[in-house]
Amino acid sequence: MSLFFNYTLNGVANGMIFAALALSLVLIFRATRIINFAQGAMGMMTTFIASSLLNRGLGYWWMFVLILVMGFVFGGVVERVLIRPLQGKSELNPVIVTIGLLVVLEGIAGAIYGNASRGFPAAFSQSGLTVGKTKIAFSHFDVFILVSVLMLMVATLVLFRATSLGLRMRASAFAGEIARLLGVRVGLLLTLGWALAGVAGSLAGLLVAPTSSFGPYYMDLYLVYGFTAAVIGGLESPVGALIGGLITGMSISYVGGYLGTGFEPMGALALLIVALMSRPEGLFSRPQARRV
Amino acid sequence: MPHIKLPSQPLIRHLGVAVLAGVVLYFLTNNVFSTYDDSQVGEIATYVVVLAGLSLLTGLNGQISLGHGGFMAVGGYTMALLMNHTQANFLLELLAAAGMAALMGVVIGLPATRLKGPYLAGMTLLFALALPPIADKWPATFGGDQGLAVNAPTAPGSVNPEEWLAWIQILAALIVLVLVANLIRSRFGRAFRAVRDDEIATSLAGIHVARTKVTAFAISAACAGLGGALFGLSSFAVNTGDFPVTLSIRLLAAMVLGGTGTLTGMIWGGILLVYLPQWSTSLSGHFNLGSGVSAYLSTIIFGAVLIVAMIAAPAGIQGGLRWVWLHLVGRVSTLGRGRQVAKGVSQGSTS
Repeated sequence: MSLFFNYTLNGVANGMIFAALALSLVLIFRATRIINFAQGAMGMMTTFIASSLLNRGLGYWWMFVLILVMGFVFGGVVERVLIRPLQGKSELNPVIVTIGLLVVLEGIAGAIYGNASRGFPAAFSQSGLTVGKTKIAFSHFDVFILVSVLMLMVATLVLFRATSLGLRMRASAFAGEIARLLGVRVGLLLTLGWALAGVAGSLAGLLVAPTSSFGPYYMDLYLVYGFTAAVIGGLESPVGALIGGLITGMSISYVGGYLGTGFEPMGALALLIVALMSRPEGLFSRPQARRV
Repeated sequence: MPHIKLPSQPLIRHLGVAVLAGVVLYFLTNNVFSTYDDSQVGEIATYVVVLAGLSLLTGLNGQISLGHGGFMAVGGYTMALLMNHTQANFLLELLAAAGMAALMGVVIGLPATRLKGPYLAGMTLLFALALPPIADKWPATFGGDQGLAVNAPTAPGSVNPEEWLAWIQILAALIVLVLVANLIRSRFGRAFRAVRDDEIATSLAGIHVARTKVTAFAISAACAGLGGALFGLSSFAVNTGDFPVTLSIRLLAAMVLGGTGTLTGMIWGGILLVYLPQWSTSLSGHFNLGSGVSAYLSTIIFGAVLIVAMIAAPAGIQGGLRWVWLHLVGRVSTLGRGRQVAKGVSQGSTS
C-alpha cells in the first residue's frame, strides 16, 4: 500500500512537469494550430544557459527569473523567424520545421556542452518529507514543482479569462480574420502565444534537470509525455493540460513502478492510443462540427 | 530538344528503367567502384527502400511518421530472430521482416486513422522511443546491448562478399521502387491521393478512408521493415543502438530534402543520409573544429538545411531539378504545374 502511495506521489510530481510542457504545447496549438516538437529542446537549451550562468556565480533565483525571460524571448523569436513564413501552407510543413529546430538545438548543445550528462542544482532539498514518522516520496523540491506549475496555470487562466489581452488572444486564435478586422493585432498575439509557451517550456526544463540525466537529449521523453498529456487534455484548455498531465504522470509512475522503467514509454503509447480511440477530441474539448 | 518516347504501359516503363539502372550499377560495382564504394552504394540502396515507403506515406497519403526507425528495428530483429532460431530460406526471412513490420504498421496505423498530421507525428515518435527499452527488457530473446548476430548469405564462388551484399541491397531497392512506382499509378495510389486531398469527398465517392490510410501505413512500414533487415545484413548484427529516435528523424529529413512524394528524390535522400556525415566530418577537419563539434556537425547541418528547405524550397532536391529541367527544355507551359509542386509537402508527383 505504501508502495502504491509513493508511486502516486511520484506520479503527481512528474505529472506537474508534464502539465507544464502540455501547457506550452496547448498555448502554441491554440495560437497557431501547430504542435511544437522543439519545445523540449528549447527548454533544454535555456537550461544549459542556466547551468552556465550558475557556474559563473549567479544566484539561483536571479538565474530563474532571467531564464524565464529568456524562454519568453526565445519562443517569440522562433515564431517570428521560423513559423511565420509557413503560414497558410500545408500543416505538415511547420511540423517538419519544428523537428528541424529540435535537431539543430540538440546538435548545438551537444557540440558546445558534450554528450555526457551533468548535474543541475535543485532549488530545494530533494530528500523526502517526513509526515508523522514515515518518510514519503515527496520532497521540498517536489512541493516547489507543484507550486510553481500551479502558479503558471493560474496565471495563464487569469490571463485568458480575466484580461482584455487574453480576450484578444482568444479572439485571434478563434477567428483570426474577424479579429484583425476589429483592430486586433493578430500577428503580435500569435507571437505572444509562442512566447508564453517558451516560458512554460523553460520552466519545465529547469524543473526536470535536477532529477534526470541532464544532457542534450534529456527533454525528449518529457516532451512526448507532455504531448500525451496535452492530447488527453484536448490541446485546447490549460485545465485539460493540468489534468492530462496528472493522468499521464500517475499512469507512467505505476507502469514504471510495477513493471519496470523500461515500459514507461510503452505505457504512455498505450495510454495515448486508448485515449485517442475513445475520445479523439480529448477529454476536455467539445466535439466540433466538421465543415464539408 | 528531341522528345524521348517512353513506353506508355507504366509497368513496362518502370521495369525498363529499373533494369537499365540495375545493369549500370552492376557494371559500376563490378568494374569501377572499390569494395568500400560498393558497401556505400548498398547502404544508399537500403535507405532508398525505407525512404520509398516514407515518401509514399507522406507524399501520397498525407500521413507523417516519426517512427520509421522503429519499423526498421522490427524488420531487423524479425530477420535476426529467424536466422538464429530457424533454417528458413533467406528470401523468406526478408519477406517475414517486411510482413512483421507491416503488421506493426497496422497496429500503429489503426489509431492513426483518427489522427491529423501533428498528432500522428507525436504518436509515431512515441512508438520509436518505446521500442528499444522493450528489447532491452528481455536480453535472453533480443540479445540486450549486443543485439543479435546476422549472417549475410554467403557469396557464390569468386564474388567479393561486399559486392554480393551490395547487389542484394540494390536488387531489393530496385524491386521496391518498381512495386511502389506501379502502386502509385494504380487504384490504390489514386485512393491514397484522394484521401490526402479531401477525406470527406473521398468517403462520399465510396472509398473507405480508414482502410486506405491503414493500408498506406502498412505498406510504408513493410518497406521500412525490409530496409531494417537489409541494414542488419551490412552490419552483421542488429541492436537497439542502430535504431535510435534520431534515425527516424533523419529519415524524415532525408525524405523532405530529396523531394516528398517523389521516388527519384528518395535516391538523393539516401545519398544525403550516407554522405552528409562524411562530408561534415571532413568539413570540420578542414576548419579544425575538434572532435566534440565534428560529432554533431552533420546533425546541425541536417536540421538547418531541413528548416531552410522547408521555408524556401519545400519541393526538395527533386523539385528543384524538375524546375531546372522544365526551364532547360523550355516547356514553359507546364511551369504552372511546377509551381504547384513547390507549394508544399503534400504533393503527389510520381517522377
